[in-house]
Amino acid sequence: MTSVTARLPMRPALRDPAWRGRVFWALAGLLLLWPALVLTEFKPWVMIEPGTLKSTLKFLGDFFPPKVEPDFLLLVARETWRTVAIATAGMALALLLALPLTLLSVRVLSVSALSGRMAGVPATLRQLVRWLLIVLRSVPELIWALIFVRVVGLGPTAGVLAIALTYSGMLGKVYGEILESGESHATVSLLRNGSGRLQAFFYGLLPQNAAELTSYSVYRWECAIRSSAVLGFVGAGGLGQQMDASMKMFNGAEVSTMLLVFMALVWLADQASAWLRKALG
Amino acid sequence: MNIRLDKVSARHPAAKRDAAAALRDVSLKVSAGEQIAVIGPSGAGKTTLLHVLGCALLPSSGSLQLNGRDPWRLPRGKLQLLRGELFLAPQVPPLPPRQRVVTAVLAGRLPHIGLWQSLRSLFYPTAIAQADAALARFDLSDKLFARVDRLSGGERQRVGLARALVTEASLLLVDEPLSALDPTRGQLAIASLTQAARERGATLVSTLHHVEMALQNFPRIIGMRDGELAFDLPAAQVTPERLQALYAQHLHELTGPAREALDLPAAATPPAVMQCR
Repeated sequence: MTSVTARLPMRPALRDPAWRGRVFWALAGLLLLWPALVLTEFKPWVMIEPGTLKSTLKFLGDFFPPKVEPDFLLLVARETWRTVAIATAGMALALLLALPLTLLSVRVLSVSALSGRMAGVPATLRQLVRWLLIVLRSVPELIWALIFVRVVGLGPTAGVLAIALTYSGMLGKVYGEILESGESHATVSLLRNGSGRLQAFFYGLLPQNAAELTSYSVYRWECAIRSSAVLGFVGAGGLGQQMDASMKMFNGAEVSTMLLVFMALVWLADQASAWLRKALG
Repeated sequence: MNIRLDKVSARHPAAKRDAAAALRDVSLKVSAGEQIAVIGPSGAGKTTLLHVLGCALLPSSGSLQLNGRDPWRLPRGKLQLLRGELFLAPQVPPLPPRQRVVTAVLAGRLPHIGLWQSLRSLFYPTAIAQADAALARFDLSDKLFARVDRLSGGERQRVGLARALVTEASLLLVDEPLSALDPTRGQLAIASLTQAARERGATLVSTLHHVEMALQNFPRIIGMRDGELAFDLPAAQVTPERLQALYAQHLHELTGPAREALDLPAAATPPAVMQCR
C-alpha cells in the first residue's frame, strides 16, 4: 500500500472507504431495532420505579440465605431426582426416535451415490425424513408439554414425552450434520468394497465421529434438565413445578436453593461431557 | 476374476464438463489370477482405472465386463453384492483414527459376514487369529490391539493392506501400496500381497510409482500416460527406452520414490486428524 501512495502524484485521502457503509448499516440496524423494542414493550425504566424496585429488592433479598431446612432439602432432593429422571428418560426416548431417522437421512451412507448422483427414491426418502425432523423440532417442547398435560394429565409423563419429541428432531438434525461434515473416506471405502450401510456405519462413520456425537448428546442432556425445569411450570413435574409454587408464594429462599441445585446439575453435566470426551478422544 | 474393458472412458464426477477425461478409450483383457502392475507418471489415470475396475466409478463411455457381466446393468443390490467380490484399497488407508487395528483389519470381512456377526465382532473380535495372521505378513502383529491414531503413516498403510488379506475378494485393486514405505518394508509388502493373491487365485491389479519394484514383482506391466494405455507388456519386454518415453517430462518420477515419501516420519501420509468443534 505504501508503494502505491508513494507513486501517486497527489496524496489520496487517507480515509477508510468502508467507513460510510459501516455507519449506514449500524444506523439502519438501530432503526430496525426500534420497532422491535416497541413491539416487545421494552421499558427498562419500570425496574427502577420506587414501587417495583421495593418489591423486587424484597424478593431478591429473600434469596439469601437459601432455605436449608431438612424437610425442604429432602423435598428438593426428591424433585431433583425426578427432574434428572425426566431429562434422562426424555433423552432416551428421543435417541430411540432420532437414531433411525439420522441413519435414514445421512447422505454419506447412500449406496447409489457411490457412482455419482444419488438415485431418485433414496434422495426423496432422505428429504422426507429431513422434513419430518423439522416438524418434530419446530414445535417447542413447552407446547408439546401443554398438549400432553391434557392427554396424560399433570405429572412427569407429559414432560418426558414433550422432551422426547422435540429433542428427537434436534438430535436427528445435528447428528446428521456431524456425520456428514466429518471425514467420510473410511465409510465410503467400506461401502465401495461391498459392505452394507449399517456395517459401514458401525465400522466407519461411528468410530470416526463418536467423540463429537457423545459430547453433543451430553450437552443436550444438560439442556433437557434445564428444559424440564421450564416444563414444570406448566405442570409437568420435577423441580420446575416446585419452583413455580415457590415463585407464586414469593419465597425467594426456596427459589435460590433450587437455582443452586440447577447450577450443580449443569456443572455435573459439564464434567461428565469433558470426561467422556477424554475417554473417547 | 476375468476383466474386460472395451474402449472405456471415464471422468471424475467432480470434474468440469470441458476437462479432458481422466481415462480415454482404454481396452484391456485380464484373466483370472493374473498379477498386473500399472505404472506411469502422476495424473496418467492410474487411480481412475482402478476405480473403474472396482465399480467405484461409472464409465462415461465404453463397456466394462467382470466375469462376462456388465456390473452397471445389475440392479443396485446385486451390484453391491458384486462389490463384495472386489477389493479396492485406496492410497490413503481409510481407517478411522479411534478404531483399533484389529477392528480396522477385520472390516475387510464385512461384505462376507452378516450384520449380526459384524456387530458381535465389535463387541469381541470374532477372528483375532485371522487378523493377526494378516498383520504378521506385513510385520505388524505387535500392533494388533493398538489404536490406529497411534501408528505411523507407514504402519497405517500396511494395516490398510492387511485388510486386503482378510477379504474373500477375487479381484484386488491396490492403489500405490508403497507410497509411505521404505524400500525393505515395501518389498515385503509387495511380496505378501502377490503371494496372498496367488494362494487364493485372486486377480491383482496394483498401481505403483516404484517402477523397479513393479518390474521385479509383476509379470505383466501396463504403462499409462495422459489417460491412455501406452503399453501392455510382459515385464521382460519393458525396456528402458519405453520407460523413458512413458516418463518423458516426468523423469524425476522414474528415478525412484521421492525422498519425503519414505516411511520414517509419520507425516508422510496426510494424518487422519479428528477435528473438534
